[in-house]
Amino acid sequence: MSERQFYIDPSRCIGCNACVQACAECDTHPGVSMIHLEQVQRADTVQTTPIICMHCDEPACAMVCPADAIKKTPDGVVQSSLKPRCIGCTNCLFACPFGVPKYDVEVDQMMKCDMCYDRTSIGLKPMCATVCPSGALFYGTPEELAAERSGTPSNEFIFGNKKITTKVHLMMPQGTKQLTVKPDAVVRRSDLLTAVRQVES
Amino acid sequence: MNDKLKEDFPIEWEDDHFVTRREFFKFLTLASGGVAVGTAALAAYAQIPREEIKFEAAKICSTEDLKPGSALAFSFPRPGDLCILVRKQDGEFVAFKRRCTHLSCPVEYEVKNERELLYCPCHNGAFSLDDGSVVQGPPPHPLPQVKIEVRGSEIWATGAIKGDH
Repeated sequence: MSERQFYIDPSRCIGCNACVQACAECDTHPGVSMIHLEQVQRADTVQTTPIICMHCDEPACAMVCPADAIKKTPDGVVQSSLKPRCIGCTNCLFACPFGVPKYDVEVDQMMKCDMCYDRTSIGLKPMCATVCPSGALFYGTPEELAAERSGTPSNEFIFGNKKITTKVHLMMPQGTKQLTVKPDAVVRRSDLLTAVRQVES
Repeated sequence: MNDKLKEDFPIEWEDDHFVTRREFFKFLTLASGGVAVGTAALAAYAQIPREEIKFEAAKICSTEDLKPGSALAFSFPRPGDLCILVRKQDGEFVAFKRRCTHLSCPVEYEVKNERELLYCPCHNGAFSLDDGSVVQGPPPHPLPQVKIEVRGSEIWATGAIKGDH
C-alpha cells in the first residue's frame, strides 16, 4: 500500500466552507482557520476552490523569510511560521505562487496550513479532508483515488520559467501532466460579451 | 539562494538548530536537577567516615632503639612526610604526624609538669599523646595519628588515623 497523499479537486468544490470551519476547530489554533476558500472569477462564476498549502519541494515562502521562521520537515511538510521567529513582515504572502499564507493581525504572525501536522504525522487525516462532503479535498493512497476518480493527479506547476513541484496533488483532466499558469491568458466572460457587442455594432 | 545563506538559514527543519522554549526549559530543569543530585552525592560521599587510611607498611626501628621517655623522627609514608615515634614513659609506643596543624612546624616530644605532650615551639601549641587532640595553643585540628604495629622486636608503620576533634 502506498503512502497517503493529499489531493485537491477544485471542480468538486461546492463552496460549503466546511473545510474552513473544520480547520478552525483545531485545538492548536482554536477559532482561526489556516486555510481559506477562494472565489474563482467571481464576476463570471460561483465556482470556489479550497486553498490549502501545496507544500512545495522548494518552498518560496521559506526562501524569502528574513526571520528564518518557516521550516520544512523531513516528510516534506512545510510548517506554519514559528511563533518566536515570525516578525509579521508578510514577505511569504507575496512570494507564495498559490496565495496560501495569510497574515493574522491579532497575533502579528503568518498562519498557514501545515497539513494538520499533529494529525497526519500519526496517521490521521487532515481535519478538512475528513469533513469535505464532495471529495474536493481527498486524503488517501493513489490506489484509493484511482478506484473512484477518472482525473489525473498532478503536482507540477509552471509559472513562467519556473517549474514548481509540490507534495499536494491537484486533480487535472485525464492525461494532463502539469499545469501551466498563464495569468495573461485568462479570458473573462465579460470580455467576450464586450467583444461580441463591438462586432455587432 | 547561495550556499552560505542556505547553510545559515536552512529551510529543512533538521538542519536548523532551533531550540523551542519547552526544550530550553527541559534542558534547564534536567541540568539543575543533575547539579543538585551531583552536589548531594558529593555531600553524602564526604559524610562517609574515613577514620583510617592504610599505606604500605614500613619499618621504623627496633624496640631496643628507643628507651621509655624518648622520641624518634621518621618519614612515612613518603620521604619528607615528617612523623614522630614516641615511647611513652610507661613503655607504650605511639606515633603521630609531625606537622603541627597550625602552621606546619615540626612538633617535639616534651614532658611538662609531668605531662607528656607533643609541643610545637612556633606558637606554643601542644597536642595530647593519647589521641593527638589539641591541649593548648592555636592549632585548629588534632594531630593525625600514625598507626603502628609491633612485629616481634620491630616497629612498623602501617597507616594513618584521623585525629579526634
